[in-house]
Amino acid sequence: MAVTKVSLCGITLDNPVIPASGTFGYGREFSELYDLNILGSFSFKGTTLSPRSGNPLPRIAECAGGMLNAVGLQNPGVEKVIKEELPWIREHFKKPVMANVSGFSVSDYASVCELLDREDNIGWLEVNVSCPNVHGGGMSFGTTPEGAAEVTKAVKKVTKKPVIVKLSPNVTDIASIAKACEDAGADGISLINTLLGMRIDLKSRKPLLKNKTGGVSGGCIFPVAVRMVYQVYEAVKIPIVGMGGIETAEDVIEMMLSGATAVQVGAKNLVNPWACPEIINSLPEVMDKYGIHNLTDIIGGAHE
Amino acid sequence: MRDAEFIIRSNREIARDTFEMVLSGDASDCARPGTFVNVHVDGLYLRRPISVCFADGEKMILIYKVVGKGTDKMAHMKEGESVMALTNLGNGFDLSKAGERPTLLGGGSGVAPMYGLAKALIEMGKTVRVAIGFRSEKDVYYKREFEEAGAEVLLYTEDGSIGEKGFATDHLPGDSTFLYACGPMPMLNAARKHIKTPAQYSFEARMACGFGACMGCSMEMKTGLKRVCKDGPVFDGEEILWP
Ligand SMILES: Cc1cc2nc3c(=O)[nH]c(=O)nc-3n(C[C@H](O)[C@H](O)[C@H](O)COP(=O)(O)OP(=O)(O)OC[C@H]3O[C@@H](n4cnc5c(N)ncnc54)[C@H](O)[C@@H]3O)c2cc1C
Ligand SMILES: Cc1cc2nc3c(=O)[nH]c(=O)nc-3n(C[C@H](O)[C@H](O)[C@H](O)COP(=O)(O)O)c2cc1C
Ligand code: FES
Repeated sequence: MAVTKVSLCGITLDNPVIPASGTFGYGREFSELYDLNILGSFSFKGTTLSPRSGNPLPRIAECAGGMLNAVGLQNPGVEKVIKEELPWIREHFKKPVMANVSGFSVSDYASVCELLDREDNIGWLEVNVSCPNVHGGGMSFGTTPEGAAEVTKAVKKVTKKPVIVKLSPNVTDIASIAKACEDAGADGISLINTLLGMRIDLKSRKPLLKNKTGGVSGGCIFPVAVRMVYQVYEAVKIPIVGMGGIETAEDVIEMMLSGATAVQVGAKNLVNPWACPEIINSLPEVMDKYGIHNLTDIIGGAHE
Repeated sequence: MRDAEFIIRSNREIARDTFEMVLSGDASDCARPGTFVNVHVDGLYLRRPISVCFADGEKMILIYKVVGKGTDKMAHMKEGESVMALTNLGNGFDLSKAGERPTLLGGGSGVAPMYGLAKALIEMGKTVRVAIGFRSEKDVYYKREFEEAGAEVLLYTEDGSIGEKGFATDHLPGDSTFLYACGPMPMLNAARKHIKTPAQYSFEARMACGFGACMGCSMEMKTGLKRVCKDGPVFDGEEILWP
């Protein structure tokens, strides 16, 4: 029997497959399609201190093998998430859920995490440091080791839950940023968030997205994600949640070989809403094909 | 929602760059007028949202205008080929609001969903008028189909090459009990300025999922942010924040 269980920061997952933040809402739409409890966990939509309406439309574009989004962290704010979404999740998902947190100042992050720390059905706080720092000239926290470390420290002070820092790939040296997070107390690293991109409409000769730029995700970013997970694995000892373009059980295994303990599936959920159950169901067979008995054994297996 | 397989029974150009695709397969959940399907196109990452023109049990009709890569690929698909689509998306029109004498306003590819709506309302015993607007005679489709279904057709073209010259919105009958509208935003905006009857409007937005998961299509309404794909595409006139 293939063993798909993995342990992520001390919490056991039945399998390593986790729908990625922003592509799964709070699980409601998918719960009408399948039993959410077959998932390892899921990461809910990026939650901020205040409600956000996001960027103006259009905020979706397409590219070969993927898509761009400039949703801009539309979410109802942490209070409403606690009042309206978490009770629903508690009822429909019997496992620990991953809370994805965003902020525009260090204190934002800390306030949101402090509130979410009290919620028993949250297993991990996934802290997205790809957001622009309003006090830092709009540069994203995640683009410097110092910025990422500062957020990590502030969050670690207010929670006992494992903190997984989610990194932006739009940097020159991802390993140094991951290391800074580890040194600041992070319990795990997740990556990659979307790659910054742009499309231009030939008729209007203007950027397609109203926000001009958007984040690229989907199959086309998979090799970039595998490379970055590989680099981060060499730099840190804490577990890695790998994501970016995962579409199949083979991709899951490749991402784990590069160093991921668990994986997230993002954009694929949007074009095939049954992607996660399909991947989970085919995992044992694909493991068998490659002579894998226990998934945990292959984590980082591609390294010397 | 299902990811359902349909077989193309015919796929033909019925007006300039406008194709009618007749599909067979289980369309039992596609019949509510104003809902849409999200069509998978081989080789493209995102699906293409297309309104159901008409569906009934084992048959579904889609009408689409070729405007880019996806719709161009659709136009080249042949009889007998299969099409995968996520079905039963969106809220659809509220037929209970029609009153006795509803007017249906459609512009361009927005005429398509009005056909299924007209048939359903006529079946309910309503007196249905359909005001449809196109650029020119070459763009006109489904005039006869609407008439055969028992609707009175008010046809407008911008250049007057057929029907009345002008915009359908300029001549909306004043005595209707309700207005259902689908078309480009400027048309919808003109319609709401011209008519005092209560109305529902069907919107378009660029979509990724089409079923409410990604927030890619959210629009600000008086009642807060609404997802065009899930809370819409049909919205009550009173709840819309017009541009
Ligand atoms: C709810 C809904 C119902 C629709 N019903 C119909 C219909 O019945 N008949 C019809 O002809 N058209 C309809 N449309 C518009 C149709 O979806 C687009 O024309 C189509 O997606 C264009 O795809 P493309 O690849 O040819 O164009 P491209 O420009 O190459 O497409 C690039 C991307 O932009 C998106 N896109 C481009 N134009 C639009 C648009 N106007 N609305 C939404 N997304 C767009 C595409 O889906 C794709 O993701 C509907 C749109 C929505 C949202
Ligand atoms: C529509 C959309 C919205 C997203 N929103 C968030 C978000 O709120 N927080 C976050 O950390 N990542 C967000 N992401 C990034 C994904 O979680 C993921 O990191 C990225 O898309 C790469 O994985 P994929 O290629 O499998 O999609 C979003 C992605 C998409 C496509
Ligand atoms: S397109 Fe994804 S929520 Fe509407």
